[in-house]
Amino acid sequence: MAAPKQSAKEPVKFIGGHRACAGCGFPILLKQMFSSTKDPVVIVSATGCLEVTSTIFPFSAWKVPFMHNAFENSAATCSGVEGAYRSLKKQGKENQNIKFVAIGGDGGTYDIGLQSLSGAMERRHDMLYITYNNEAYMNTGIQRSSATIMGAHTTTSPAGKVVHGKTQNSKNLTEILVAHEIPYVAQTTVAFWQDATSKFSKAFSIEGPKFINALSPCVPGWGYHMSQTVKVSKMAVETNLWPLYEVENGVYKINYKPKERMGIEEYLKLQARFAHLLKPENKEIVENIQKFIDWRWEQLLKKEEMTNKK
Amino acid sequence: MEKTIVARTGNEAMAEAMRQINPDVCAAYPITPATEIMQIFSSFVNDGLVKTNLITVESEHSAISACMGSAASGARTMTATSSQGLALMHEILYIASALRLPIVLAEVNRALSGPINIHCDHSDTMGERDAGWIQIYAENSQEAYDLLINAVRIAEHRDVSLPIMVSTDGFIISHEMERLEMYPDSEIQKFIGEYKPNYNLLNIDNPITVGSLVLTDYYLEHKRVQHEAMKNAMKVIPEIFAEFKKVFGRQYDFVENYKCDDADYILICLGSTAGTSKVAVEELRQEGIKAGLLKIRVFRPFPAEEIVKYISKAKAIAILDRSESLSTQAGPVATEVKAALYDAGKIIPMQSYVYGLGGREIYVDQIKDVYRKLKNTKISEQVKYLGVKE
Ligand SMILES: Cc1ncc(C[n+]2csc(CCOP(=O)(O)OP(=O)(O)O)c2C)c(N)n1
Ligand code: SF4
Ligand SMILES: [Mg+2]
Repeated sequence: MAAPKQSAKEPVKFIGGHRACAGCGFPILLKQMFSSTKDPVVIVSATGCLEVTSTIFPFSAWKVPFMHNAFENSAATCSGVEGAYRSLKKQGKENQNIKFVAIGGDGGTYDIGLQSLSGAMERRHDMLYITYNNEAYMNTGIQRSSATIMGAHTTTSPAGKVVHGKTQNSKNLTEILVAHEIPYVAQTTVAFWQDATSKFSKAFSIEGPKFINALSPCVPGWGYHMSQTVKVSKMAVETNLWPLYEVENGVYKINYKPKERMGIEEYLKLQARFAHLLKPENKEIVENIQKFIDWRWEQLLKKEEMTNKK
Repeated sequence: MEKTIVARTGNEAMAEAMRQINPDVCAAYPITPATEIMQIFSSFVNDGLVKTNLITVESEHSAISACMGSAASGARTMTATSSQGLALMHEILYIASALRLPIVLAEVNRALSGPINIHCDHSDTMGERDAGWIQIYAENSQEAYDLLINAVRIAEHRDVSLPIMVSTDGFIISHEMERLEMYPDSEIQKFIGEYKPNYNLLNIDNPITVGSLVLTDYYLEHKRVQHEAMKNAMKVIPEIFAEFKKVFGRQYDFVENYKCDDADYILICLGSTAGTSKVAVEELRQEGIKAGLLKIRVFRPFPAEEIVKYISKAKAIAILDRSESLSTQAGPVATEVKAALYDAGKIIPMQSYVYGLGGREIYVDQIKDVYRKLKNTKISEQVKYLGVKE
């Protein structure tokens, strides 16, 4: 694990010149990831903001090998990369110690790429899959995904006169990955540097499939000022909306338990995508969101307790 | 060279070729009638006969995606599929060719749904004819075996560097036992040589970005380069075929000219129907009808000049398409042959047929009838259905 000061001195692997918005979450995440291993890293990315903003030909922001194939297949493509490496290594034609990372947005992971991800995890490829979860299809103009939380306004779940944003809760993808019984599954977010880097470090130290779900704020998609990225990310944790936890070989560990969880309204207030929920007539939706967050948190506590029983 | 004579189905022949090619990686997913190729190959893997890392993916979309990751990482890579499987790969086939990855795909032709059908026609590969892959159609097990071996060399040639599919007719060839002459493993290895990738993602010291976003300023140039690579394939394919002949003694070409030189009436088709048509040609010639057959073996790149060379003196031509483009005009083979003749300034009466869809049988008598109609009846500009119940 590298402290921010230390990692500032390391050679930059994701360089300036990319076109991600000021205040975007994923460049922070990439820095955290790169500072968590000394081994060479090969990246395979899905289509989405991360890829389109960083590889506009002939420019590339990547100082490590980077491959993009399509939207729904970063895990499958990475399976092939890792498969080739494994084959060549066995034949004595390859002697480097490479870490393989597949990346996708929430759309490329929760939705269209779920099958490809599930297959790669089941086959036990030695790769770390990271989803930078900004809770919508940002690259195509902020459409809802199954990671979008209830009530959020997106361009395909607009805050209308009758329907007030997304009507479903988010899918619990982290738990779906836990059900794959892989060695390591974790949730983190950009505001918690220590948490993120220690999770990346741990993931890199484990052989086999690993999955990290990282909440990654999006300035235009969420509707907050670009200076507030860290704050929004932090509030998602303080409200228990996005618990920091990890599951190592089936054993749950909640890495941070807020002394007193903040009410979700505080979080909603920060972001334009929830503005309509603050109207008195939408009070019930906010209550439902709160209930759901508390229910999920309770479930998580129980899982932690159950899996830590001696 | 010592040749072993064995009895093999088309699928077995392709699996044997794969064993002898011994790729670094193979990622595939089962589908009738290609399934067997991977089943046999899986045994080769688990019996330690090949060094291949077999990735048993969860779909054909992932199969071709994994193949791309593998080929981009410096590994010789193969896969096999049919029909819906190839269609599911559609999106990625274009990316594989654009990234110039010499993946070799063993294809077994099967009708596309719907209605769902597992039998032979060419709608699957014809649906991918513009995907930037080299396409070769085999007539029998021997061709399937030989051409799959040639395919490795063609795809990996530096001036080509394109993915390639070699196909056989589902069930008709894939499941039919035939005489096969096999060559020694060592000779195959010598012929194909080491895979030397054009670029390698695993080169850590010289990191590259593969699969960039290319906007209006460079996209056209990227496609232009692919166009040139296909043109290079036109040059390289005969060179590799010639080398193959030198080593293994069998001659291949873009097309097979079967008695076209003095023919008044020429039939053009792909795949196993050529075998049936040869019998028809022989029988008609006994009757004094000068029949000829031109089998198109390489469909991509399209050997327009080669085709025109053999058919330009015919009085009339019949083209058999084993797929429908539903344009209400002719099928894809007829359309492209017509264009080739136009470019050569030739107007020859041509009857186009759609036949054999969904595995409908085609018999010698039907083909003889096609020739006779060329001779005796007025040619229609409308496409005709052969063997349909009306
Ligand atoms: C098969 C396919 N369907 C749709 C698209 C269009 N598309 C490109 S990126 C994207 C959304 C990406 O969303 P996400 O994965 O969440 O990444 P983000 O842009 O939010 O970073 C969509 C719908 C595509 N490229 N391919
Ligand atoms: S739209 Fe959102 S995810 Fe995309 S680059 Fe901008 S801040 Fe990042
Ligand atoms: Mg997203």
